[in-house]
Amino acid sequence: MRVRIYQHRAIAPHDTPLRTPYVRRMPTTKHLLTSVELARFVARGFLRLDGVVPPELNEEAIATLSTGIPAVPYGTPLAEAFPQNTFIPRLLTVPAVAGALESLVGPDPTVDHHAVHVREPHEGSAQDLHADAIIDVRPDAFDVQLMYYPHEVTPDMGGTLSVPGSHLRHVNETDIGRVQNLRGQTRLTCPAGTVVLVHHGIWHGGRRNDTARRRYMYKIRFNPTVPQVRLWDTSDLHDPAVTAELGASFPWYEQATARLEIHNRVLLWRALTGDDTFDIDHWVTRVSNRPALRSHA
Amino acid sequence: MKQQVLVLYLASSALDSPVVGWSRYDGTGRTRPTTGDSDEPPYPTGLAALADGWRLFQASQLLPPHPGHEYDTSFLKHEFFFEKL
Repeated sequence: MRVRIYQHRAIAPHDTPLRTPYVRRMPTTKHLLTSVELARFVARGFLRLDGVVPPELNEEAIATLSTGIPAVPYGTPLAEAFPQNTFIPRLLTVPAVAGALESLVGPDPTVDHHAVHVREPHEGSAQDLHADAIIDVRPDAFDVQLMYYPHEVTPDMGGTLSVPGSHLRHVNETDIGRVQNLRGQTRLTCPAGTVVLVHHGIWHGGRRNDTARRRYMYKIRFNPTVPQVRLWDTSDLHDPAVTAELGASFPWYEQATARLEIHNRVLLWRALTGDDTFDIDHWVTRVSNRPALRSHA
Repeated sequence: MKQQVLVLYLASSALDSPVVGWSRYDGTGRTRPTTGDSDEPPYPTGLAALADGWRLFQASQLLPPHPGHEYDTSFLKHEFFFEKL
């Protein structure tokens, strides 16, 4: 149940009020993400929340995840998906988790699916690199997957491999499986109680577990039910750090394609902010400039 | 004679450009390379692999983008297959 009303005010003139009906969201007691954090998500395709889940919930998680979790029909509203005060709703209402989720997918998302992922001790191989579900090319909407690690993940435990900045590259599931390693890839190590929120397109895979301990991860995918426009705390929307985050490059990018990545992030940021004038280094503006022919009669 | 395969993904279509991604498949069974098993590439460039005795047997073609999809991104473009026997 939502108990707070967001504070809104009309956008300022420099926020292009004539072009968008959206308003700026102001800080509240909710743990909404900042614009800089949102920009980081748009550039990298993930957001880490290290150790945000309290120890008592992590301990409960191991027992809960070991015994299995009930299936949820696709598209079930989150508020109806789980009995109140059971483990999963308690996990999702940890303030940092709830605030980040709402900033990305908005209020009242539906549950796509959820699952417990286990990497068995000394499991012989890693998963192929892949993107989940099927190829998904929506330019102005995205699903978010929450990955929760209830115990510490050490380097040998097969923590999830992910590739920063891969989420806007269109691939269909394991078609990318031939690729084993990329410069700048993330081999997750984290403290207990860490949550990672990822864009649906991120390239990732479970790594080989070379320890004698089972490695647990709980994953749940959310579908937004509202336009994903200015859902976060936008009071820092014009912070130069936003542009800096959106312009980040990654060591695995090819020289030429790296420029297309920036172009595509600009388009996504325009969709998320409702500001169709935003640009970085003129990348989008330059190639969309089509002056109308003028009559010289 | 069993084949070892090295796949290098390079920063441009030039064989002497930097390695940005890599995969290995070992037909001898002596090693078990897998996804996410190393953070540093085996060679700094494609040319360095040649200098170490790897034989290039396939390079990705240079294909123009499909009309209307010029800004789409997908697989890494500059893929080079090497072998050792």
